[in-house]
Amino acid sequence: MNITKELVKRVAQQSRLDLSDEEVEKLIPQLKEILQAFSEIDKLDTKNVEPSFHPIEIKNVLREDKIKEGLSNEDALSLTPHKKNNYFLGPKTL
Amino acid sequence: MSVIKFVKSVKEGSIDVVKNAEKAVLESKKINSEYNYFNAFDETALAQAMIVDKKVRKGIAGKLAGVIISVKDCICVKGVESTAGSAVLKGYRPLFDAAAVEKCRAEDAIIIGKTAQDEFGFGGFNVNIGNGFKIPLNPLDKSRSCGGSSGGAAGITQKASFPHLAIAESTGGSIVNPAAFCGVVGLCPTYGRVSRYGLIDYANSLDKIGTMAKSCADAGLLLSVISGHDEKDSTSSNNKLQYFEFKNSVKGMKIGIVKEAFGEGVDSRIVDRVSDAIRKFEDKGAETVSVSLPTTFKYGIPTYYILAMCEASTNLAKYCGMRYGAHSELKGMFNQYFSAVRTKNFGAEAKRRILLGTFARMAGYRDAYYIKAAQARTRIIEEYKQAFKQCDVLAAPTMPILPPTFEEISKLTPLQNYMADILTVGPNLAGLPHLSLPCGKINDFSAGLQLIGNHFEELELLEVGNAYEQK
Repeated sequence: MNITKELVKRVAQQSRLDLSDEEVEKLIPQLKEILQAFSEIDKLDTKNVEPSFHPIEIKNVLREDKIKEGLSNEDALSLTPHKKNNYFLGPKTL
Repeated sequence: MSVIKFVKSVKEGSIDVVKNAEKAVLESKKINSEYNYFNAFDETALAQAMIVDKKVRKGIAGKLAGVIISVKDCICVKGVESTAGSAVLKGYRPLFDAAAVEKCRAEDAIIIGKTAQDEFGFGGFNVNIGNGFKIPLNPLDKSRSCGGSSGGAAGITQKASFPHLAIAESTGGSIVNPAAFCGVVGLCPTYGRVSRYGLIDYANSLDKIGTMAKSCADAGLLLSVISGHDEKDSTSSNNKLQYFEFKNSVKGMKIGIVKEAFGEGVDSRIVDRVSDAIRKFEDKGAETVSVSLPTTFKYGIPTYYILAMCEASTNLAKYCGMRYGAHSELKGMFNQYFSAVRTKNFGAEAKRRILLGTFARMAGYRDAYYIKAAQARTRIIEEYKQAFKQCDVLAAPTMPILPPTFEEISKLTPLQNYMADILTVGPNLAGLPHLSLPCGKINDFSAGLQLIGNHFEELELLEVGNAYEQK
């Protein structure tokens, strides 16, 4: 498949990564080689085969609807310098 | 001395837990200065030992009384920097213990520190380390890889002269691979056997916490402690591994020899040693049968890497420099800030996997890659299920090659790196327990014999492995 500079930049932007032109140039042949190898699975017959999102059967697990103690506000905020008025402080959104 | 004997001696009062811990800490730090097996030490180790000592004196110490345990860096230890080998988590000191660590503490183990790994587990040679981390070196030859991604765990397990157990983790082979390269026992359990609570995840449907030790008995002892249901991980099983006595016999057991694992691309010396080991099982009364896994061998690598990268790219989306770990001055709009922190702190392989995983999940590509790989996974699981109708345990080499030198690794493309996982991705995709044990010298190294069992049949693997060790 055709891996272009534009495609790599678009995927990087969606992944929240800033890549330099030099990095993109280096990645293009690597990604091409890897994706070509991945495309081998096209040859496998998977008609009417259900996908497995886990290796073993996963059951829905419920517990009693009782409130349990979680992290305190103070503890949750203790790992970052970015906080204000007992909330996390993030970068600007508007 | 085995860990089992050590615990017995501690309880009898013939070993002083505090003195042993002092010696272990000193030795570990000395080894680390030469081999880079630890990303962080738990500076409370001696304080932990003093508490255990009091319990020993009262006669109430647990199954791991005074045993020194190292923990792979991606598994949270309360108050000790836990980064999964990534600069993006630099400075993160968890507010809680992972379930596996908590269970060890409840049995009076002593946590010594966090072991080196490929960043988030993204590698098989432990050279894909995070920015600012050091590459751990093979304990048998410093110019070579110790394997990955649980490289530090395997290195210290081989090198420590004191009784020691390692908590490691595998997504696509990260326990048995380094165990084979370092000549120790690595046990990756069934998916769900051990709670993943407190594990800094790589790919949730593939991640398993397991153990390393110098013998099957010791690796099994640690698994028996850390296994079992945990309400904080809904995928954890009720099926706890009960501690047991070995029968020391493989008589009547059916061992399936994986045909494809002895073919092209596997070092002939490794093939010879593993074949010798299988003959020993035959001598001890086991029956052998040839088993073929064509789908697994043809499609295992792309299936594994597509699924693992898709899951990894979503898991790594949470690292944005706000709530914990690496951060920066809050400036620019939110996307600019998040991108700047992520770009600076993720290493090259992490970026590559995020890109590939994001791509494979994108509109227009999702069905061709992600869904197709999930269907291929079903075929692979079914292939193993069929195989276990013919035998109790499967046998194969663990790694196709001996530990490569760092110079050799530097010449490999990323795809060539991925291909080295050919023998280990199968059991990981199918969530099957697998064990690697050293089975015969090749120069300074050992070939790794890989035993693969059906779901929740770890005891059978340990029984077979233990029988080999008794030769």
